[in-house]
Amino acid sequence: MSALLLELNEGLAIAWRAIRANKIRAALTMLGIFIGVTAVVLMSTAIKGIDNSLQNGVSALGSDVLYVDKWAWFSNDEWWRMRNRRNIDMEDYARFKELAKLPAAIAPVTNSVQTIKIADRKVENVFLNGSTSDYVKTTNFDFDLGRFYSEVESNGSRNVAVLGSEISTKLFPRGDALDKTIKIGPVNFKVVGVLTEQGSTLLGAFNPDNQVFVPIGTIFKNFTSRHFGTVTINVRAASPEMLEDTKAEAEGVMRKIRGLAHSEPNDFTINQQEGLTDFLDSITIVIKIAGLFITGLSLFVGAIGIMNIMFVSVKERTREIGLRKAIGATRRTILAQFLLESSVICLIGGLIGLIAAVLLSLMLNQFFPTSIQYDVVIIAILISLLTGIVSGLAPAYTAAKMDPVDALRYE
Amino acid sequence: MNIINIEHIAKVYKVGSEEVHALRDVSLKINRNEYVAIMGPSGSGKSTLMNMLGCLDTPTSGIYDFKSVSVSEMTDNELARIRNKEIGFVFQTFNLLARSDAVHNVELPLIYAGVSTSERRERAKQALIDVGLGDRMHHKPNELSGGQRQRVAIARALVTNPAIILADEPTGNLDSKTGEEIMALFHEIHEKGNTIILVTHEEYIAEHALRIIRLKDGLIEKDEVVEKRYIPKSKASFV
Repeated sequence: MSALLLELNEGLAIAWRAIRANKIRAALTMLGIFIGVTAVVLMSTAIKGIDNSLQNGVSALGSDVLYVDKWAWFSNDEWWRMRNRRNIDMEDYARFKELAKLPAAIAPVTNSVQTIKIADRKVENVFLNGSTSDYVKTTNFDFDLGRFYSEVESNGSRNVAVLGSEISTKLFPRGDALDKTIKIGPVNFKVVGVLTEQGSTLLGAFNPDNQVFVPIGTIFKNFTSRHFGTVTINVRAASPEMLEDTKAEAEGVMRKIRGLAHSEPNDFTINQQEGLTDFLDSITIVIKIAGLFITGLSLFVGAIGIMNIMFVSVKERTREIGLRKAIGATRRTILAQFLLESSVICLIGGLIGLIAAVLLSLMLNQFFPTSIQYDVVIIAILISLLTGIVSGLAPAYTAAKMDPVDALRYE
Repeated sequence: MNIINIEHIAKVYKVGSEEVHALRDVSLKINRNEYVAIMGPSGSGKSTLMNMLGCLDTPTSGIYDFKSVSVSEMTDNELARIRNKEIGFVFQTFNLLARSDAVHNVELPLIYAGVSTSERRERAKQALIDVGLGDRMHHKPNELSGGQRQRVAIARALVTNPAIILADEPTGNLDSKTGEEIMALFHEIHEKGNTIILVTHEEYIAEHALRIIRLKDGLIEKDEVVEKRYIPKSKASFV
């Protein structure tokens, strides 16, 4: 055991001396591993970041919320078949609200895209969400300032607005949005609340941070006719466990409202977050595999570089290997010596790569969601070590099986 | 007591389809504290015999007992172990590690023997003092003269207290004066009770030994006691 430690110690010392004796060569070899590890770590933090961001965004939608809609979010049905469905209108909503007993909250939602202006600032193409005061009960919104619009304001179609955090920041960088008047399209609205940041930057316009919430009546009054377009009925179950029952009830209620016979298929769809999650998963898995494959290739190229250099190193030190064998080094000792050397090179390259990747991902975090995980550190070290061992194996084996007589005679 | 007992060994190499009989039928015994020179022209099997004696190679047939243990059937690891413990090599080209200082070069066999760091250092230093290099411990090979390098190599051979010292043309890369100093050192080592086997093709070097074995065509041509032994004049301790 102690002999093994001594050999390990000696092996490390030999490796260190060999690396120092060929500084430029070692540095260039490390560069390959450095680039490979940096790429792999960076890619995995980016993937983790995308994942987290989507998860946050999706869970902001609420796992216990159903969306009764004319359109299916994900469907293999032909587009025209859904287009020919009847619109869901406010009368449908009113009857749904009357008949459905299970939901904790029900809210109709319609959308419009408008430009928002204040005296000297403007945000274009803002997603306007029109609903009732019950809408807030179908979400998990928190408020930085103010409140959601009230039932009175909702029923009276008052011109009041609640801003998503990003919109608020763009219009009122000093955070003094409350009670200010903004112009949505040509109409003045009073700001009654600002939402806390919800998280995901990847969901784009569907991110509440980028939306403005107004009473549904103001949309019909100012932007789109109530007889044109369709509304979505957002239905929140009393608890996640109640989701399936609520969904079954919603389906029955909608079929009754629509007067559908047994044989007829639904002319509406009940969407839920689960479908979105599956869909997003199917996209991110492709990104993950492609990303890791491409960055893995760069690591592979680095590994080939190491193997090449180790073969050169073995050849150069043939006589040294012969001598070591003559004075008592076993095959295992020689094997370990060269494996250690390639591992040390990879480990140094990998550690530098890891540091670079962490710094880079901190920088990138300004523009793109990245997430540094502590397990990435361990994985990077393991990858470097593994690369060192795998790429050192063939050269080290060549060295170990040399015949001492021939090796000593080698010129 | 016999350290080495060789009976009818032969070594056949295959070069392509041809068989080369490097050693045909060699028998010899070497006792403790002998000083033997092995001589012969190139192609006589001298190197093959030396590799055999040094346990770097095993015979094709015949018996080789080292301290009554059969070497012929040893595995690679057992051979490595016996080389480490029982044999001290001295080469014509010194074969020192260029990037390591004298002490580390001498320590090397002790590392493979599993000797602890402090003991190893102590023994390596003592071995260097014994060969007269007490003031050169931390010099690297390129900072040493040829004679000094060979003495580091001799210290490395001695540090494990091996049963035999096997020197292959130890003066071949040295000028005659330095060569003479090295031979004086070997003389001193032998006086201390060590067993030395010297491989050389130079008659005057061989005459430092007590016994000369002459090889020719893979056979022992002559195994003789040196009548007029050459005793080096200069004292080896290199004051």
